[in-house]
Amino acid sequence: MNEFLQNFVLVGIDWIDIAWASIDTLLMLGGALSMTIILGLPLGFALFLTAPKQVLAAPKSYSVISFFVNILRSLPFVILLIAMIPVTVFLTGTSLGVAGAIPPLVVGGTPFFARLVETSLREVDGGIIEASLAMGASVRQIVLGALLPEALPGIIAAATVTAIALVSYTALSGVVGGGGLGDLAIRYGYQRFQLNVMFVTIILLLIMVQLIQSIGNRMVIHFSR
Amino acid sequence: MIHLANIHKSYTVHKKLIPALQGVDLSIVQGEIFGVIGHSGAGKSTLIRLINLLERPTEGTIQVGGEDILKFDEKALRNFRRKVGMIFQHFNLLNSKTIAANVAFPIRIAGEKDEKKIDARVDELLSLVGLSLHKLKYPRQLSGGEKQRVGIARALANGPHILLCDEATSALDPQTTRSILQLLREINEKLRLTIVLITHEMDVIRTICDRVAVIDSGKIVESGQVAQVFLHPKHPTTRNFVMESENMSADELHGQAEGVEPATIRRLTFMDAAMTQPVFTTIARECAVDFLIINGRFGKIKSIPCGQLTVSVQGTADNTRNALHRLAEAGVVVEESF
Repeated sequence: MNEFLQNFVLVGIDWIDIAWASIDTLLMLGGALSMTIILGLPLGFALFLTAPKQVLAAPKSYSVISFFVNILRSLPFVILLIAMIPVTVFLTGTSLGVAGAIPPLVVGGTPFFARLVETSLREVDGGIIEASLAMGASVRQIVLGALLPEALPGIIAAATVTAIALVSYTALSGVVGGGGLGDLAIRYGYQRFQLNVMFVTIILLLIMVQLIQSIGNRMVIHFSR
Repeated sequence: MIHLANIHKSYTVHKKLIPALQGVDLSIVQGEIFGVIGHSGAGKSTLIRLINLLERPTEGTIQVGGEDILKFDEKALRNFRRKVGMIFQHFNLLNSKTIAANVAFPIRIAGEKDEKKIDARVDELLSLVGLSLHKLKYPRQLSGGEKQRVGIARALANGPHILLCDEATSALDPQTTRSILQLLREINEKLRLTIVLITHEMDVIRTICDRVAVIDSGKIVESGQVAQVFLHPKHPTTRNFVMESENMSADELHGQAEGVEPATIRRLTFMDAAMTQPVFTTIARECAVDFLIINGRFGKIKSIPCGQLTVSVQGTADNTRNALHRLAEAGVVVEESF
């Protein structure tokens, strides 16, 4: 059985390559997710707060922000990846590897995450904002003292969904030389017909997604009162 | 203390102007409990939100404590709001924070940073509302009445002069409502706090208010001392509220009095001396008339015992006139029934 595995099923798999690819994927994911949260969270709050009837209601700013978010959201990621190459090169000096993958991942992930943040803020009972205003809270105090803690479980769930979307984006970035597991799957599985390599990368991606989802779920439960 | 003059407020809904308040004048005195009663959509929610400017009027002036609050800039308005507490029908507590943290929130908003001081103040407030044991629980673990007590503690955190109650007992059962009203009355007496409340329940007004305004379609149709307004209602809306609280519609009242000569029906109001003397039976005996009791209610308005009977006076014309005259002399208010 073992011999069969060694000689036929797992033949020609370079495990070191796979280990590096996994690390690359994790690096891309970590880098892109943290940047996405750093940029997407304020953007989500901006969308929520400037929407009609909200505390900072500014219909014009809202339409402008919303319009740009929609543009980025409507671009298929592969197109974004290619269209962004000049910008990526300008920012990181390369369009290849981990560094070259992060900018498009962030640009693809941020508007997605921002919309999810906006939605979870809308789930917060409007009465809580009204009560905070009645206490004499400033917008900053409402955001930090009431909205953020109340929406935290929703925001964590949003980050989880975003992280999983980013995992599939990292795989796509393999198409333009982004590195990582997706790159591996394309090079060995598609271009060299080494289906076993592709199979291993699929398993690894599956495990990664499952892990992200269960960590996310635990955090949501922990922060829900 | 609080003066609203010629307030108009309208909302734009689908490009149409919907009037919510149409020329409201209101004066509320320091230290009183003032109730506004109205059906849903009458404008009472808008009215109470004008006092801390959660809503701005389209026209009119609002003075609180001698200051024109419409002239406040943002910072002055925030400082002003810190001195006006507000409680809500659905409590509006932060579900992600403990009871202690909920009560501490307005104290932190007001800029207090000393954790020891905050904690001491929170303890003081929680013991005032009788929730010391629940300090570290979360709102979801409390009953509706307890949540409203947290709301009250939170509203009192910065030592306000005014407490606004937006349908504060409408989501509570009758027994819990009584205990919350009792607490509000204690606070009013202990802290010399002016309380403005809005409600659609007559009983709330009857239990704790000193004065009441009846609002209908954005206008105040009747106002005054609670006993005066409710015992001798003049406007149809007020009469409806009184009837509703007696579980009786005008039609039902007339139905019960079927076969009774309408001209003999009177509404008798007993207060003060008339409540402690057996005037009713004495006069019936001495004037040789009989009273058919059609409907009645005795109880207290705030702390004043009083009662009302709808009766048909049966006897000779002279005896009836004499009996009604003597009732009036004894302090019973005699009115035509409505």
